[in-house]
Amino acid sequence: MQKQLNVSAIKDGTVIDHIPTKALFKVIQILKLEEFNNMVTFGNNLDSKAMGTKAIIKIANRYFEDEEVNKISLVAPNAKLNTIRNYEVVEKRVVQIPEQVNGIVCCFNPKCITNSENISTKFQIINNKPIEMKCYYCEKITYENEIKIK
Amino acid sequence: MSKKDLISITDFSKEEYLKIMELSREFEANPSQSLLKGKVIATLFFEPSTRTRLSFETAINRLGGKIIGFSDSNSSSVSKGETLHDTIKMVSNYADLIIMRHPLEGSARYAAEVSDVPVINAGDGANQHPSQTLLDMYSIMKTQGKLDDINLFMVGDLKYGRTVHSLLMALSQFQNPIFNFVAPPELAMPDEYKLYLSQKGIRYFEHLEFNDIINQADIIYMTRVQKERFIDPVEYEKVKNVYILKNEMLGNTKPTVKILHPLPRINEIHPDVDSNPKAYYFSQARNGVFTRMAIISHLLNLR
Repeated sequence: MQKQLNVSAIKDGTVIDHIPTKALFKVIQILKLEEFNNMVTFGNNLDSKAMGTKAIIKIANRYFEDEEVNKISLVAPNAKLNTIRNYEVVEKRVVQIPEQVNGIVCCFNPKCITNSENISTKFQIINNKPIEMKCYYCEKITYENEIKIK
Repeated sequence: MSKKDLISITDFSKEEYLKIMELSREFEANPSQSLLKGKVIATLFFEPSTRTRLSFETAINRLGGKIIGFSDSNSSSVSKGETLHDTIKMVSNYADLIIMRHPLEGSARYAAEVSDVPVINAGDGANQHPSQTLLDMYSIMKTQGKLDDINLFMVGDLKYGRTVHSLLMALSQFQNPIFNFVAPPELAMPDEYKLYLSQKGIRYFEHLEFNDIINQADIIYMTRVQKERFIDPVEYEKVKNVYILKNEMLGNTKPTVKILHPLPRINEIHPDVDSNPKAYYFSQARNGVFTRMAIISHLLNLR
């Protein structure tokens, strides 16, 4: 059987794999990939043994610090990062949920001041699975299924 | 030295709670002082609250300070569309301390971030109202002589009532409290608080109605069961008279028991309780002035 890549390989850069299909565009938004000049290719609804279906993003000539990429753990907690150099995977990383989340997620509480004035949100992660995050301002907890990206 | 704010009850340590209790006692004994002479205090009430504002303003006057501010947002530049950020930035240039009430939750924490001078949260929506908790604690201290070993009954709306949550957190810092929660299932104490107590090894009991165990109470903390909290009006009708305290129910209670209520009361304490020496809610409101004198003096390092 001929094996073919659905999303073509990159020579150098980063591959983000095992993204839940529903989270693909959120990941793009969190990493601000729409502002990149590098080549970005992605595929969605790909077959996955572990997940059923998944999404994948390949970003040419771009590498990420942990702090930068851990932000996507809020929507893609099982995502894996492969660093590619000369078509070879030279490093594999899993994303980790950070202790603090600043400025990415909206507070679910409609009465929170952060939804009324132009304020960067701040959350403390109080539980990882499922994610529960406490707003620094209104002290209410936003749960995983309520996470909305700013 | 970094400034100190009072936004949530958990911003203060147990030592600070005890300091506020001691200062409140001193101010009650000698209520007219000039610690705030030459100081300007801003009271910014973005929504009206007569009781809290008058209590704070009495405290400032008793300490000899001057007051600037507004008592509802219609009489401020907020009505012209000014942001909270800009209002606080401006006022913190004028005043030595800001006391703020605002309808949005988290507004006080944000104001404290923006302000160069200390901020006291006088209520941010349904979130926090820490000076109420400190005056509740002072009322307990004054009537029971201690904050340890208190058997506290909380009655009514334990789900949405911010005062009961804050009081629970604060009293949990003291020795051997026992909490008894009396509420309908719709308004039961949220799991997060029960979990908090379990983790600290603190005893609590839940009841659907008043029962004989009330005889063990040191403090009965009443709150209002609001009709609008119920999805089904039939459920409200079923429980609305269950959580009303009447004088006849106090017959076998401890002689030292006191009934507290953050006020305003609607019908949850029958007026026939008012003349019972166990009723303490009006004295409790009076204690608020001394407690607020203590909070202001503490945050400004005047005492």
